Parts: sequence; structure tokens; C-alpha cells
Amino acid sequence: MKKDLLLFSAFALLVAAAPQLFKGGYLMNVLVFVGINTMLAVALNLLLGYAGQISLGHAGFFGLGAYLSGIMTTTYSIDPWLAMPIAAIVVGIIACLIGFPVLKLKGHYLAMATLGLGIIIFIVFNETVDLTGGPSGLSGIPNLKIAGVTFDSDVKNYYLIWFFTLAVMLFSLNLANSRVGRALRAVHDSEIAAQVLGVNARILKVQVFTLSAIISSIAGSLYAHTMTFISPASFGFNFSIELLTMVVIGGLGSIFGSFLGAALLTLLPEFLRAVNDYDIIIYGALLMVMVMFMPGGLVRGIPALYRKIFGQRKGTGNA
Amino acid sequence: MEFNQILQYTLSGLSTGAIYALIGIGFSIIYNATGIINFAQGEFVMLGGLLTLSSLQLLKLPLWAAIPVSVAISTVVGVIFERLAIRPLRQPTPINLVIITIGGSILIRGLAMLVWGKDTHAIPPFSGDTPIAIGGATILPQHLWILAITLVIIVFNKFYFYHTISGKAMRACAYNRRAAGLVGIDVKRMVLFSFIISAAMGAVAGIIVAPLTMTAYDVGVMLGLKGFCAAIIGGMSSGISTVIGGLLLGVLESLGAGLISSGYKDAISFIILLLILFIRPQGLFGKADSERV
Amino acid sequence: MLEVSGITQIFGGVTALDSVSFKIAKGDITGVIGPNGAGKTTLFNIISGIYHQTAGTVYLEGKDVTGFPPERLARLSMVRTFQNIELFGGMTVLENVMVGMHTKSTSGLLACSFKAPWSISEERRIRQGALKWLDFTGITDLADQKAGNLPFGKGRLLEIARALAVEPRIILMDEPAAGLNSQETLALAALIKRIRDMDITVVLVEHDMELVMDICDRIVVLNLGKKLAEGTPQQIQESPEVIAAYLGDDD
Repeated sequence: MKKDLLLFSAFALLVAAAPQLFKGGYLMNVLVFVGINTMLAVALNLLLGYAGQISLGHAGFFGLGAYLSGIMTTTYSIDPWLAMPIAAIVVGIIACLIGFPVLKLKGHYLAMATLGLGIIIFIVFNETVDLTGGPSGLSGIPNLKIAGVTFDSDVKNYYLIWFFTLAVMLFSLNLANSRVGRALRAVHDSEIAAQVLGVNARILKVQVFTLSAIISSIAGSLYAHTMTFISPASFGFNFSIELLTMVVIGGLGSIFGSFLGAALLTLLPEFLRAVNDYDIIIYGALLMVMVMFMPGGLVRGIPALYRKIFGQRKGTGNA
Repeated sequence: MEFNQILQYTLSGLSTGAIYALIGIGFSIIYNATGIINFAQGEFVMLGGLLTLSSLQLLKLPLWAAIPVSVAISTVVGVIFERLAIRPLRQPTPINLVIITIGGSILIRGLAMLVWGKDTHAIPPFSGDTPIAIGGATILPQHLWILAITLVIIVFNKFYFYHTISGKAMRACAYNRRAAGLVGIDVKRMVLFSFIISAAMGAVAGIIVAPLTMTAYDVGVMLGLKGFCAAIIGGMSSGISTVIGGLLLGVLESLGAGLISSGYKDAISFIILLLILFIRPQGLFGKADSERV
Repeated sequence: MLEVSGITQIFGGVTALDSVSFKIAKGDITGVIGPNGAGKTTLFNIISGIYHQTAGTVYLEGKDVTGFPPERLARLSMVRTFQNIELFGGMTVLENVMVGMHTKSTSGLLACSFKAPWSISEERRIRQGALKWLDFTGITDLADQKAGNLPFGKGRLLEIARALAVEPRIILMDEPAAGLNSQETLALAALIKRIRDMDITVVLVEHDMELVMDICDRIVVLNLGKKLAEGTPQQIQESPEVIAAYLGDDD
């Protein structure tokens, strides 16, 4: 627990210093995406890694946040800082209502139900042209402003996004090492034993599903305001899968792992510009290889590998 | 006029529904033998169509030869997938299985994109495209092909599962894998068989639908998911319930698209899927089964 | 303390339990015994709210708790352990017991995430409480081990410590001695007596007759889903029906 907070402080310092270290607008832009994806991966990890409940529809909640913010600030000229919490509350209510029937399902059935949900949301984005602009997207979404400062450059956006990302990470670390986080992990390991000890697994699952959707929605709002343009293509089934890949590659049940996974999957395509469209093959292969050979993800796999190679015995690889 | 329209939508819905049924049965066969929902099922459908295309165009094979060749190759892919991804899995938890089959599906799709590109391809219909009038509606010969081939496969399936040794062994595995193993059934072989049968059925579905809808590297996603909806409606049965599920889905989707809005066509299937999962997770015709809830 | 009345359970035409009734007195150690297939575990699953019986009623401290889910029963101070210990394998031993304090703590999701002051002091209290129960069962030295790595015997002790953390008034143990060696069984017997001495009513399903006869105040015998006999260990040992059932007499 202490170790996590220490690690977090070091990480936060690094994040704060990064713009000084890498002086390049383009990299800042990529790091903005790393931040947004980290938030999303952490949100999904709370559900999948801690509570053990899969969702293949999280891109839908991300999209809902983005579109609700986008529509409110463009069509209805609502202040972005007001639109963001309204969007989060609406998405939270939707997730909570859907959560009760959906989370009764287990394993494959849960995967399919959430997938269906994600696809329905995606179709709605495409079809409600009057509201969302349909497949051609919604543009002219205003940037966020604080006290006269408009977040319109990569570096400003970097600080904005990472402020939220670090907050989400800290929030999740606190949660993981608390009464509620333990109950979540207990439900993951043995739902029946957790219930016998008085944990209301059903309510808890719905709570974390709702929380996860709310974080995704906030990430979506931030995405909309930094990009100023959104289209349904960013919120489809493939992106849900990409989020799943981040969480699995980084390490289920590890907040820092989610950052690693998000960073890897966001940076990889940048380095693989040459293969461009074919990055999808690499995602597929990565997913399979990780599940087969490193089921604990990078955060556990790398220390284990290190110990294997150098024959050390210290460290438990717990983050 | 109104009636003719409904007849028209119903008829075309039936043939799409038959495709969903075939894919759904493929899902069910693997699920019953292994407890896995194979998210890569749709990719066999895609492979069937695209391999037929290449057999026709590159190898210049006649259609009657191209079909078995593509089914055979898709089946080999199914075998490789089972051998390389499913069998060696050290922690086969449901989540890991979901993830690995998703990974496999992405990989297969990606490789297909590498081979066939992103374009949509057309395959000629099996016997011309002169519409046939039925009542006030018309259908294409390909619709009839789809219905006929689906029927043949379902009959064949029934025969296999109820009248052959290996079919009966597969059913035994579906009821109780451990017990089946104890009485000397080679469960691992049955798992492999289930992948072979589903891959072949998926490929056939992909081949017979391609002349109607065209085909591309990414058609497997939607078709696979629809097939899964059919299987869920049918309570994961590898028999007639899933066929009814598929047909029902096809017809409702077609009616919905025609009478309400074509844009929401796909949404209709998924709303049905969610409703079924929420209200009757054991399927429309199944008895309650705590395992699936 | 606990009363079951007319419990009947039918699984797809097979009657697993047929109108079983008995009462368990406060502060007793009661053993539920019977040959394999007698319906003991089914009965436990019904009492602890995991199965829903076909017919019959369960009363806990005079209150009708039929059909209550397990988490509600935990709040009414009833807890159970499992035959194949159900630990939270990915968590440490200490964390396992801390989960046991769930009903005795209240911090919600937001309080935990924002580290509200009261949640911090509660966390401290949870940790202290959990350590106390580790001490009680004698596994304090294992506090930071992963529960999944424990040997079976220690896992059993952890499961009991975790159940005690709920501060139950009644604890149901499903075959607590299964898989333990003779030394561990002796220690378990002593532990169960210490639990009873804290005024906790103990009900156990057990195959180890020596243990049952040693520690139980009363015994209920089930056979083929029916209650065969009930009484003190002495009475049970002398009961001709029980002897017949155990020897497989068909009469």
C-alpha cells in the first residue's frame, strides 16, 4: 500500500516533468492519448481485473460521454465544465439501470451482453444523424477553459488530461486497497465465499460497473473537448477490444499495469507507422501471446522474466 | 401491396436466418463440447467466402470444386487455431478463453486483410440471378440454394450426432465432460472434432451467403455475432432450436429493416439478444440451467 | 438458535431431503452426520441461503429466514465454511480476514476512493480486528502470504478465522476436518471448543466420527434425505437405526 503510493508519487513527478524532458509537440499529442487511454484502461480494469466482470462494450460509455458533452456544448451551448458532469451523471444512471440485469450474467454471456450493448450504442451514434451528425461526425466542440486559459495546445492539453488521469489512478489505487476494493477482489476469487461473509456481490458489481462507466464517460468528455471533433468510428467494437487488450497486456488488477498497457498500445502504432493498417494483426497476436505466456500481464511478467534470467529471488511483483 | 411486402421481407429474412442458424450451430457445437464461446467463429464464415473467391479466380477451379477446397482450408485453420491457441492454454478461465478467442479472431481477420485487402469482393451466384416469383414476392435462386444447403447440413448434423459413434461421443462430452473421459472417450479429440465441424459449417455459411451480400475481410464480425444471437435464442442447442432462433432473427431483422429503418437492422438483433439474455438466458425453448445464468 | 422445519429439496425428480426438522440450541456444538448422499451438504446449502428449498422453513433466533440470501444471513450473524475451502486465493491471508469484517464496517465506494478520514480510521480498526482473529487461530506469521499458496490445513484455519471475523453467533462448518492429518484434527477440535466457549453456536457436518463424538453436544443423523436419529453422542452410538444405516443394513 505504502509502496503503491510511493510509486504513484514518483510516477506523478515523471508525468509533470515529461514536457520538459521531451520537447516535441507531436510526442505531447501522443501522450495526451496515452493519458485518455490510461483512464479508460483503469476504468475497465476496476471492473475486469478487480471485480472479475468482463465488458466488451466500454467504448460505448466512452462514446456516450464524448457525444453527450459534444452535443450539449455545440447544439445547446452549455458550458463544457457543466456538460462534463451532466454527461457523467447521465452515463452513470444508464450504466446503473443496465447493470442490474447485465451483471446477473456470467462469463461468456456477460461478454456477449456487453458487446451487444456497445454495438447498439455505436449504431445509435451512426443513425441519429440530427443529433450526432451521423457517420461524418460532430465538429466544432469547444476547448475547455479555466480562468481565461484555453486548453488548445498539445502541452496545455497534456497537463489537463494528465491531471485527470493521475486523479483517476490515485482514486483507483485508494479504492483497490480499501474495504470496497477487497470486497471486489473477494467476489472475483470466490463470489460464494464473499457472499457468505456478508458482501452483497450483486450491488457491488453494479456499483463498480457504474463507476467504471462514469470514469469512461469523463474520459470521453475530455476526449471530445481536446479533439474538438468526434465521429462514431472512435467508439466502435474494435476500440472496446483495444481497451481489453490494454488491460490484459498491462496486467489484470494492476493500476500501473493499465498505464503500461495503454502506453504500449498507444505508442506501438506510432512506431509501426510503416505497417499502418496491419497493426490489427499485432493486437491479435499480442492478446493471444499474453494470455498464453504471461497471463499476469507485463507488471507481473516482466519481473518474473527478470528473476528467471538473473536468478534473483527478491520481490513479489505486487502493484 | 402491404402483404406482398411483408412476404418479400419474410422470404429474404428466412435465407439470412438460415445463415445465422448455421453459424449459431457452429457456436453451440464448440460450446457444448468445450464450454467455450468461440469468438473466432465468424472468421470461418469470412474465410469460406474469400477462399472460394480465390479458388475461383486464382486457381480457376469450377464452383463445385472451389467449395470443398475452401471448406477444407477453413477447417485446417480451425484445427490450427484449436491446436495453437485453445489446447496449450494453461489457465482456461472463461475470461482467458474469451480473450484468446477474440485475439485469434483479430489475428485471422488481420491476416485475411493482408491477403485479400480491404476491398469488398463479389462471388457469382451458384445458378444465375433470374428472380423467381412466389406469390407477390420474388426471390433469387441463391436464396433457394441457401435454404436447401442449410437443410442438408442440418439433416447431416442430426445423423452425425445421433447415429455415429463419434457423434454420440460428442454428445456425451456435452452432457458431462468428466464422465465422458472416464468411460474412455478421448475428450481432447472431441474438442478438436468440434472445432473441425464448426469451422466447416461456418465456411459453408460464408460461401453460400457471399453471392448475395458480397464478402470482405471483416464480414465475419457481424455474421458471427448474429450467429451467436441465434444460438442464444436457441439455448445453445446444436439442433432445431437454434435453427428456429436463426430463422426468427433473420425474419425479424428483415421485417424491421424493411418496415422501420434499415440503419437499425443490426441493432434489432442485439436488442433481441439482450432481451433474451435478461429474460430467458436459457433460450426461448430451454429449461432453466443455473450454469448459464 | 436455529430451527429447520420440514425441509424438502427435490432435484429434478430426485428427493435429496425429505421433510427434515430439528432444533439447535444456543451454545451447543451440533454434529450433522450420515452416510454419503444423506443430504448433509444440501441441508447446509439451504440453511446458508445458497440453495432454495422446495419446501420447509428455516428459523434463525426465532426469525423466519427462509430464502434469505447468504449476505443477509451474515448480517444476522450466521456464517459458514466450505468443504473445499473457498479462499480468496489472490489476496493475502490478512486481507482474507479483513474481508470477513465487511459487515462490521461501512465505508462506501466514494469514501474509500477519496480516503475520507473516517474510512482511514475504520481501515485501521479492520486491520486490528483481522490481526486478532489471525492470532486466535494461530496463523499470525502467515499474514502476508498469498492465501492461494497456503497448505490445506492452514487454509482451513484461515477460512475459520475469516468466518469468525464476521463475529457470528452461529457458525456452520462443512467437513472442517476433511483433508487434515490427525495432529491438525486434534488442534481443530480444540479450536472448535474455544469457538463454542465464546458463546458461538457451532454446527458441523463431519465424517470423522472420533472428532464428532469427542466435541459434539448433540448429533443429528441423516440418511437418504431423512432424519434418522437425534440425540447425545452416547444415544447415537447406541441407536440401532444408526448402526444399521452405517453398516448398510437394508432393513
